[in-house]
Amino acid sequence: MAKDTPEENRHLNRFYYTVDHAVEKPFNWQQMWRLLGYLKPYAKTYLPGAVIAMLLSTAVRLIVPILIGKVAFDIVIANENMTMLIYMVIGVAVLYLLSYIGNVFRIKWVNILGQNVIYDLRQHLFSHIQRLSHRFFDTRSGGSIIVRIMNDTNSLQELFTNGIINLLMDVVTLTGIVVILLVLSPKLALAIMVILPIMFYISTKLRRNIRRSWQDVRIQQSRLNSHLNESIQGIRITQSFSQEKANEEYFDGVNTDNFKSWRTATKKSAMFGPFVELSNALGTVILISYGAYLILLGEANGGIAIGTFVSFGFYVGMFWEPISRLGQMYNQLLMAMSASERIFEFLDEQPNVVDKVDGEDLTGMKGQIEFDRVEFSYDEERTALHEISLDIKAGQTVALVGHTGSGKSTIANLISRFYDPTKGAVKIDGYDLRDVRLNSLRRGISVVLQDTFIFSGNIMENIRFGRPDATNEEVIEASKVVGADDFIQRLANGYETEVEERGNILSAGERQLLSFARALLADPRILILDEATASIDTETEVKIQEALQRLLKGRTAIIIAHRLSTIRESDNIFVLENGEILENGSHDELMKRHGEYFELVKSQFEMLDAM
Amino acid sequence: MNTFKKLKQFYWPHKKYLFTSLFFLFFVVAITVVYPIVLQLTIDEVVLQERYSLIPYIAAGFFFIMLFKGVASFFHQYMGDLFGITTVYKLREALYEKLQVLSFKYYDNARTGDLMSRKTTDVEGFRNFISFGISDFIEITMLILFSLGVMFYYSLPLALITMAAMPFLTVVVYKFDKRVHPAFRGIRKSFGRLNTRVQENISGMNTVKSLAKEDFEVGRFSASNDNYRQNYLSTSGIWAKYFPVMEFIGNICVVLLLAYGGYLVINGDLSLGALTAFFSLVWYIMGPLMNLGFVINMFSQAKASGERLLEILEAKEDVTEIEGAIDTPIAGHVTFKDVTLTYTEDDDKALKHVTFDAPQGKVIGLSGATGSGKTSITQLIPRFYEPEKGEVLVDGRPVENYKLKTLRRHIGFVLQESFLFSTTIRENIRYGNPELPEERIIDAAKRAQAHDFIMGMPKGYDTMLGERGMGLSGGQKQRIAIARAICINPSILVLDDATSAVDMETEFKIQQALKEVMRGRTTFIIAHRISSLKHADEILVLEHGEIVERGTHEELVNQHGPYERIYNIQYQDREQIIETAT
Repeated sequence: MAKDTPEENRHLNRFYYTVDHAVEKPFNWQQMWRLLGYLKPYAKTYLPGAVIAMLLSTAVRLIVPILIGKVAFDIVIANENMTMLIYMVIGVAVLYLLSYIGNVFRIKWVNILGQNVIYDLRQHLFSHIQRLSHRFFDTRSGGSIIVRIMNDTNSLQELFTNGIINLLMDVVTLTGIVVILLVLSPKLALAIMVILPIMFYISTKLRRNIRRSWQDVRIQQSRLNSHLNESIQGIRITQSFSQEKANEEYFDGVNTDNFKSWRTATKKSAMFGPFVELSNALGTVILISYGAYLILLGEANGGIAIGTFVSFGFYVGMFWEPISRLGQMYNQLLMAMSASERIFEFLDEQPNVVDKVDGEDLTGMKGQIEFDRVEFSYDEERTALHEISLDIKAGQTVALVGHTGSGKSTIANLISRFYDPTKGAVKIDGYDLRDVRLNSLRRGISVVLQDTFIFSGNIMENIRFGRPDATNEEVIEASKVVGADDFIQRLANGYETEVEERGNILSAGERQLLSFARALLADPRILILDEATASIDTETEVKIQEALQRLLKGRTAIIIAHRLSTIRESDNIFVLENGEILENGSHDELMKRHGEYFELVKSQFEMLDAM
Repeated sequence: MNTFKKLKQFYWPHKKYLFTSLFFLFFVVAITVVYPIVLQLTIDEVVLQERYSLIPYIAAGFFFIMLFKGVASFFHQYMGDLFGITTVYKLREALYEKLQVLSFKYYDNARTGDLMSRKTTDVEGFRNFISFGISDFIEITMLILFSLGVMFYYSLPLALITMAAMPFLTVVVYKFDKRVHPAFRGIRKSFGRLNTRVQENISGMNTVKSLAKEDFEVGRFSASNDNYRQNYLSTSGIWAKYFPVMEFIGNICVVLLLAYGGYLVINGDLSLGALTAFFSLVWYIMGPLMNLGFVINMFSQAKASGERLLEILEAKEDVTEIEGAIDTPIAGHVTFKDVTLTYTEDDDKALKHVTFDAPQGKVIGLSGATGSGKTSITQLIPRFYEPEKGEVLVDGRPVENYKLKTLRRHIGFVLQESFLFSTTIRENIRYGNPELPEERIIDAAKRAQAHDFIMGMPKGYDTMLGERGMGLSGGQKQRIAIARAICINPSILVLDDATSAVDMETEFKIQQALKEVMRGRTTFIIAHRISSLKHADEILVLEHGEIVERGTHEELVNQHGPYERIYNIQYQDREQIIETAT
């Protein structure tokens, strides 16, 4: 949105927000066909049911005006036939009853159909995304994924609920009216149908124009909301820099822009109704003047009877609804195109890491890890690991040490098979990871990340995330082992305390302990740990170190280590730089060697002293 | 009604829009009822009496009346909308201004999501009623009255038949509305839950994948997905139950009109045209009645929305400027005299009897466990909170005596998690001083050790930062935040755990940057690492809101108190390592 801004809009340079533009796409049959494929499971149940119910009520709507106009007026009343009148009334009442039944089932089935399709689509999309690999998530923001699962599928909801059935209903109604009118009186019918193109024009072109200006409003509004959101989140910064006034000016600018575009859209919208009415009025004027003339002619001379005139009166009033909906439908389809394109883009995305067809279950994992000349790159420009070979014995604790970008995390990611190596092989217990089932592999491995993710729910559920079938006792036991039980008991509701991602109930250290409990519960053979650098006070840090010792017991552990104490106690330390292993050995061995590790430790102390 | 009265200042000044809108509405409704009359006249006066010379007049008259109706309904709608959007404009302005000045205390207890929904959904809910609700209600009433009037004029018995149907319809509409609106809320809530579920899953994807819980997540998702479907279906079930009934009642009315009306026409007690007119008129009564529920619901929603808006607008501003507050340069001498602070009444005291003196240009270190009150001390200086007891002085004057802007302009903050705004790096750096020239920005960036990495980016200072400064590492964000603090040239600098979330190397770089920046400013450093504190002129050690120890590093390491304990934990490693190294 960075364009040249005139002087009066200078305030707009203060913040920039990205707003989505593309809301409609040209119609695409192939895509539509794929979309309609989601109706298939219901092709023999709800779909035909809804269509039949719809046809029933539409037929009644079409027949009644003839009955009341043509039959009642011309045959019954004109001939003063009281018995016929009674039959008529009963007939119409029965028809209305049928229409009532039709409506009940149409509304019911149409919604069941639509909701099931949206459910299936959303479920399909979500499950598919779960299976995608890290590479997919590396390149996309969380927000854009959420929008597709939630909003894009929702914008197809209307299409599948009412859209498709209404499309049929409107086509049937419109054709029905035209046919009936032509049969009743071809001349009058043709004269009145002059208004059809006008109505179609209003319903498509004019409406489109109006919708575009509402789009402007929405774009302005989403910018306004983005700013509101940011201004609330950043309020503490704003107040500490005394920028309240400057922000108010910015907001005033955005608010005014929004007001102006809103006013324009409103003005255009307000014209829509009158145009529709006028075209309707034009129909009535034709009916009155030409229709009256035809009555004058008399039926014998090619004219019409009064009843026909009355029926026409009813039908002219019925034109607008289906035409209006068809116009809306057209716009809806264009929007559905853009939504479904975005959904299909994700569905066509293939996971990079997949199970082999004849993959084996890795049962009874021991935890021996081997890298055999492993090369890896995230993208073509940058090689993250250069032909690395290493061997970690089952039960060993290994520390990975090195600068940011030296390849520590990459090694950890390859062990969990979040990525596949570009060259060489990663093996556990001698099995190449590409030959075993992903699920069986990851069940044996737990990763504890720096930023522990807290799901909304209570503490018990959060720990149980490590192993969903664990009992309450097991959860508490695990918490006790890692020393998390103390602080949990101190919370207002203990294990039942509700927590959430951005809530500030738990401190960084407490979150770390929680993730230890989670990992312990999962009881993995291999534990990968990215040590936290976050702000943790010294006393908590001591607790974490103790918990760590208990957690590591009897497991193979790979630690991306920041704390010297962790590094020192490891069985083997790998010092990495630019994707290569410079040296490895125990702390004492490496210190004696006076190599890179020695320099690293020394420079850390120098830094500390210099601070 | 009290809610509407309190919000009057936002909509009443624009009442001319409302009245203009209502003025035109009168014509719109009146002319609507004319349509069936024209139909009746055509049939009775023209066709049946064969006075065809009247046709051109009727046709032309009808067309011009409709043209006038078109113009009237345009103004009715446009003016009504203007009334609403002008109110929204003013309301948003007031809400924004209010939110700018509300204190930290307010935000401690507020959620972004909740505030956002008030500023969007509730503003919209209020507007709907202002824009449409009022005039819809008047329109419905007028339309029903006018139509009934015409009906009674044409035929008393038929009008009575129509009226007899009204109570039935009203009961159904009432029942329908009573059930459908909670159901709609159910859908929205369920959609919200589904959204949270997805949001969590995507943000926690790393955790999900590491614990191989994809299937578990799919299971949880389908539960929420199904719950949404069920909610939606039960709502459409209500729809399917009541809506056809409403239509059926209207249709039955038509059947009765046909039966009795036909009988009357045959007996010559009613004209054919009048009967035709009835078939249109009956829907002018049934249609609006079906909508009445929605209008009433709009009113109760607007009332609830208005209340939520008032909660913001009437929130107490607990930090306000006193009369005669002064604007004078601040040198940076900070004194706390027996300060006690409580955040909320239920909480324990955050600070208890804190007293210290920080002369201009000195460095004060604050040490203590999480929640011991370190941050609270720094937040009292710029008056983000007010102490319960005691005095906070800057340059010997109580902080309340300064204008808020003066006070805060002289205090620079660098926090653990630096919040950056969605704009260019340049605008972020000069956030506290938007008029700052380019040289000063670059100078600040250089002093914060940020210039080099900024210039390394393709767009340099014009690099756009996304929400929450995405695309930058923690250390880079931190250095931009430091440059931002330098730009306001503060006399007092607060470094609240500014370097803990970065690795050792980056911390070293940042520390170098800070050393330069601290020169000549009174500085408060909050840190866990002894290495960051030890050069301070005075270190305050806090425990549960109390200062338990104070002194220089050299004094404290020999006091056998908490400071020494922490020192020992952090440095025991070091001794051993140095031993093995040498």
